[in-house]
Amino acid sequence: MSSANFQAIYVLWLRQIKRFFRARSRLVANLVQPFFFLMFFGFGFGFIRFEGSLNYIDFLAPGIITMSVVFSSMFAGVSVIWDRQFGFLKEVLVAPVSRLTIVIGQTLGGSTLAIVQGLTVLGISMLLGAKINLWGIIPALIFMALIAFFAVSMGLIIASRLEDFQGFQLIMNLLIFPLIFLSSAFFPIETVPDVMKIVMLCDPLTYAVDGLRGLLIGSFALPMYLDFIVVVTFSAALMLIGAFVYSRCECV
Amino acid sequence: MAAIIAKGLTKIYDNTIVAVDHVDLEVKEGEIFGFLGPNGAGKTTIIRMLSTLIKPTEGYAHVCDHDVVREPDEVRRCIGIVFQDPALDDQLTGKENLDFHARIYGLSRNEREKRIMEVLKLVRLEDKADELVKNYSGGMRRRLEIARGLMHYPKALFLDEPTLGLDVQTRRAIWDYILNLNKSKGITIFLTTHYMEEAEYLSDRIAIIDQGRIVVTDTPAHLRSLVGTDVITVGCNDHQRLKTELEKKDWVEKVSPHNGSLEVYVKGGEGKIAAVVKIAEDIDVNIESINLRRPNLEDVYLHYTGRSIREEGNADGRMKMMARRRMRR
Ligand SMILES: Nc1ncnc2c1ncn2[C@@H]1O[C@H](COP(=O)(O)OP(=O)(O)OP(=O)(O)O)[C@@H](O)[C@H]1O
Ligand SMILES: [Mg+2]
Repeated sequence: MSSANFQAIYVLWLRQIKRFFRARSRLVANLVQPFFFLMFFGFGFGFIRFEGSLNYIDFLAPGIITMSVVFSSMFAGVSVIWDRQFGFLKEVLVAPVSRLTIVIGQTLGGSTLAIVQGLTVLGISMLLGAKINLWGIIPALIFMALIAFFAVSMGLIIASRLEDFQGFQLIMNLLIFPLIFLSSAFFPIETVPDVMKIVMLCDPLTYAVDGLRGLLIGSFALPMYLDFIVVVTFSAALMLIGAFVYSRCECV
Repeated sequence: MAAIIAKGLTKIYDNTIVAVDHVDLEVKEGEIFGFLGPNGAGKTTIIRMLSTLIKPTEGYAHVCDHDVVREPDEVRRCIGIVFQDPALDDQLTGKENLDFHARIYGLSRNEREKRIMEVLKLVRLEDKADELVKNYSGGMRRRLEIARGLMHYPKALFLDEPTLGLDVQTRRAIWDYILNLNKSKGITIFLTTHYMEEAEYLSDRIAIIDQGRIVVTDTPAHLRSLVGTDVITVGCNDHQRLKTELEKKDWVEKVSPHNGSLEVYVKGGEGKIAAVVKIAEDIDVNIESINLRRPNLEDVYLHYTGRSIREEGNADGRMKMMARRRMRR
């Protein structure tokens, strides 16, 4: 990849960071939601006991981290709808860089923000008493990044098909929420009926949550290499599909 | 050599709206090509196809010898564009917008600083450079967009109604800058505009487009001569004698009294004023006033599209236009 493409990736990344820190309300909203989830679910289901010394909040924390990384990244991807409405997308799409470069730049920007958010949620959950394996945080960052790549690309692809944010609400409810709920973020995969287990195993986020949970609290339901392979494959595939979609679409 | 070539270029939106209808055009390298046409004629659609934002339904186009459909990355590397509608990030400052552009177009650090200062100065936005664009006025935004489009030196530059809504001063400055870019860097410029003055001042050649089709392409001077002769209007103390005398000359096409003066129809008006004065002196007629009216591009435009720029948009104008069209047939 040429240095011009690196510049382009850098500036696309930089733009997202700047915009994020200038929109204060988004900053707050993005942290309040996971905080509430951890508080209410964590203490509400506090009576649940897992084998060993695990509490429900320990189990829940990696799930909520995944959820907030997914929401934040998805939002970064879908915010391209705004760029289109304000016309800025045209400026990006006529620039002398490949579509893949644009998707990478956009993805890295959104992912950076999502990882920062994921780490903040991690901090919050530790404050609320979750027992986190500190050595697992570094590899967990890689997992968070992969989840973010996956979700930003998905947001970008969704955005290319949508005219406005109304449509996004629908997709949120029909696609994103089921993906989150079926991902074992809230309940363990081992105890559900077989049919549901199959459905859950088809959800790529299951592997993401399981990977994070294994690294952060030392409890894998699936082999770690499988978690890793599935997450890498999905995020790479979605980035490529994103680049393809943007090279075809007349989305200006 | 041609910088831009289109053959049979067609765009049909949503399978129904024929926005561009088999357009052929060829813009030479280093030329300023003006594109005139009423609202909805298809100008912006053509620019979108040439800049790879949308794909032609039919036909093909080459920009800098690259096919816009098969080699979009190569085409994008050689073009610059100022869009008709806003394309700024209003959460960034003016300077950040320019910096974004400079980097994504791969300008080196030195070049970047230099060019940003230069274009900011051109559009007189130095003071506002660090202000968020959302606090800019409409005209300031427009100026920033133009500044951005002129920042990297592309081989071919598309300007879609660049000076729309700008004050006279700024417009002049931008025209001269465009001319200078064209002369000194040999940049090919493809310009759409509704201002006759702008098209005439800048363009080497002009195409008039109406309802997705190019109706005529020529130099401004030649287009003007197509719609008719110049008119010298003379006020004097003896119309009859002057008329009789003038009608004897073979370079005079027609003389007719009109509103208390004489209208003399000639070709090449500026060269004939002196001759008219001389004839009047020879026969002792006193000239009180004299002026020359040359047909302008507005007349050309009217002639080819059947409507004047000002009529556009109002229903009344449309009716008149349709009536006139029927008459022409
Ligand atoms: N995205 C679109 N979808 C459907 N129709 C469109 C679209 N964009 C333009 N059109 C139609 O195509 C035709 C040509 O539009 P275009 O914007 O190219 O005109 P224009 O010559 O640039 O006009 P103006 O002088 O007003 O800018 C119009 O009839 C317009 O309604
Ligand atoms: Mg237009």
